[in-house]
Amino acid sequence: GIPIRTTLDNSTTVQYAGLLHHLTMKARSTVRDIDPQNDLTFLRIRSKKHEIMVAPDKEYLLIVIQNPCE
Amino acid sequence: MEIIYVYTRKRSEFGRPCSFSDRPAKVSVDIPPDPSMASGFILRNPVDSYVQHASDMSEHEVNTERVEVESRGVNHVEGGWPKDINPQEVEQTIRFRKKVEKDENYINTIMHLGTLMEHCVKQNNAINIYEEYFGEEEMAEVEDEPPSAKTINVISKLTSFFDVLLSKRDPNVTKRTATHLSWHPDTCKKLAVAYSSLEFQQNMKDMSFDSYIWDLENPNKPELVLKPSSPLVSLEYNPKDSHVLVGGCYNGQMAYWDTRKGGLPVEVSTVEVSHRDPVYGAIWLQSKTGTECFSASTDGQVLWWDIRKLSEPTETLVLDITRKGLLENALGAVTLEFEPTMPTKFMVGTEQGIVIACNRKAKTLAEKITSTYSGHHGPVYALARNPFYPKIFLTVGDWAARIWSEETKESPIMWTKYHLSYLTDGCWSTVRPAVFFTTRSDGTLDIWDFLFKQNDPSLSLKVCDEPLSSLRLQDNGCVVGCGSKLGTVTLLEISSGLCTLQRNEKTLATAMFERETKREKILEARHRELRLKERARSEGQETEVEEKPVESPHEVLDRTRREFFKVIEVELQRRAQAETQHLPSAFQVKDHAREEAAAQGEESQLPKEEEEEEKDAA
Repeated sequence: GIPIRTTLDNSTTVQYAGLLHHLTMKARSTVRDIDPQNDLTFLRIRSKKHEIMVAPDKEYLLIVIQNPCE
Repeated sequence: MEIIYVYTRKRSEFGRPCSFSDRPAKVSVDIPPDPSMASGFILRNPVDSYVQHASDMSEHEVNTERVEVESRGVNHVEGGWPKDINPQEVEQTIRFRKKVEKDENYINTIMHLGTLMEHCVKQNNAINIYEEYFGEEEMAEVEDEPPSAKTINVISKLTSFFDVLLSKRDPNVTKRTATHLSWHPDTCKKLAVAYSSLEFQQNMKDMSFDSYIWDLENPNKPELVLKPSSPLVSLEYNPKDSHVLVGGCYNGQMAYWDTRKGGLPVEVSTVEVSHRDPVYGAIWLQSKTGTECFSASTDGQVLWWDIRKLSEPTETLVLDITRKGLLENALGAVTLEFEPTMPTKFMVGTEQGIVIACNRKAKTLAEKITSTYSGHHGPVYALARNPFYPKIFLTVGDWAARIWSEETKESPIMWTKYHLSYLTDGCWSTVRPAVFFTTRSDGTLDIWDFLFKQNDPSLSLKVCDEPLSSLRLQDNGCVVGCGSKLGTVTLLEISSGLCTLQRNEKTLATAMFERETKREKILEARHRELRLKERARSEGQETEVEEKPVESPHEVLDRTRREFFKVIEVELQRRAQAETQHLPSAFQVKDHAREEAAAQGEESQLPKEEEEEEKDAA
């Protein structure tokens, strides 16, 4: 995917965009395989260092990376 | 009752065409039911009947050839831009981006997604829902877990019929023993294994000299093949520079490799100044340059080297306990031990069962050898200091493992019982102070927890059928690699109960070691007192000849032999009794055979005892 607007540096953004795009596609297809009426609204990945939140849409993807509270 | 229906036809009428005609039914035989037989029947209610409707299936098994998988990377370049825009051109991309931003669809989408995201972000900021609740309670549960270990990887390389996906074996036809293992110092994903055949003069012509570095992610092919001029007996990674390894060869030379430079050694020590026997121990020293190492071998020498100049050793020491420096009296060294926190002291385990502690910095030869500890009947195969208590060290040799304290020189402070098979290697756990591992020549790995139980190992695992020859624990304490006689290296992961520090463990272990050391010291003091008294008495009574019955060596031998057999018989009887109580008689035959084998094994120990007695009596 092409980053349109970003607060990080370009290379990181490109990496995140590419990888998360595929992951979101996969997650959405998983949700729809289980129940065709369902659709993916939000994807949250929590890792040791940060939390990545992805809000997908038909054409665009909003990705937010946050540091967890602890 | 016979029912016969006779049909007759004249011979002349044979062959005539048949003309069938209808006729009403005619009763041929009428058999009325016999009511007297009804009593023989039992009415069955309910009646089970089953019906199955299924498609026919057949089962077929196929075992495919093992597929060799290789990992490759893909370089992903920024893509997705429309054709007319060159992603390298900053102006074009900026223009495109601005255009998209003005798109109405984009704006709506962003608004919608933005609110959604805001909601979740606020959630996150409000409460941390993934925090550790009940952190204290989890600790209590861990103790109940029974200790266990599971194999995570078997390193060998023949095409195998194992269904285990990862198998690593020695790829050569003639199997060589995996004599030494060394983990990569940083990543612990790589394992260097030295292969050689330790049978005396049984080197076959086609036996290869190579040793391998395996990457755990790729168990089919070694990551690097090291090609020395003679098989390697020991191999160690440099803890400071993880690309450098030093290896001790079967012919006594030392060689060092740089993994960045390939499989041939960068430099090999010259034959004239190297050892005369296989180099059994090679360890890196803690030095500023990080290039110093030392080696020991059964020719009785300990040599210090600087790998930048392997043409001659920087220092030598002859392991002669009479402290005269004579090579003829020297004891052959089988293992070497060095603790980085005490850089001037080191210990050597010898073939004769004696452990020698030495001080490198001593000026005279006599002071170099500080103390000796004798206690094993056979070669000391492994020597390890406890990483938490440097004064306590573990020796493994003959049929038992012993724990010594540096202060008590006469006997170990703790020891395990005698096993039925030789112990080949041992090491302490890096995370728990009272846990250590030993390997046996019947292929078993024992994990001992001395705080918990001292009579038996906490966990005893049969790793393989052939003897295990070497053992190495990874630095994190959870994964242990054992090498076997046929070259198979097995990696086992230990259950967390055995590799996490328990509460109060350090204090308990300290208390235990101190207690045992004190006990030994008291015993030693008593022995010394008794001896002094004896000597004083014998000096005071010079005229009176001591009434000790002087036995000739033969009588001593006979007496010991009788006592020995008596002890064995008592033990066998005890075992037979214990086992007849538990097992049915069918198994007694098997046990009897096993006991006989054990008795035979123990009888073969007798010649050694005889030799010792002869030496003592002489």
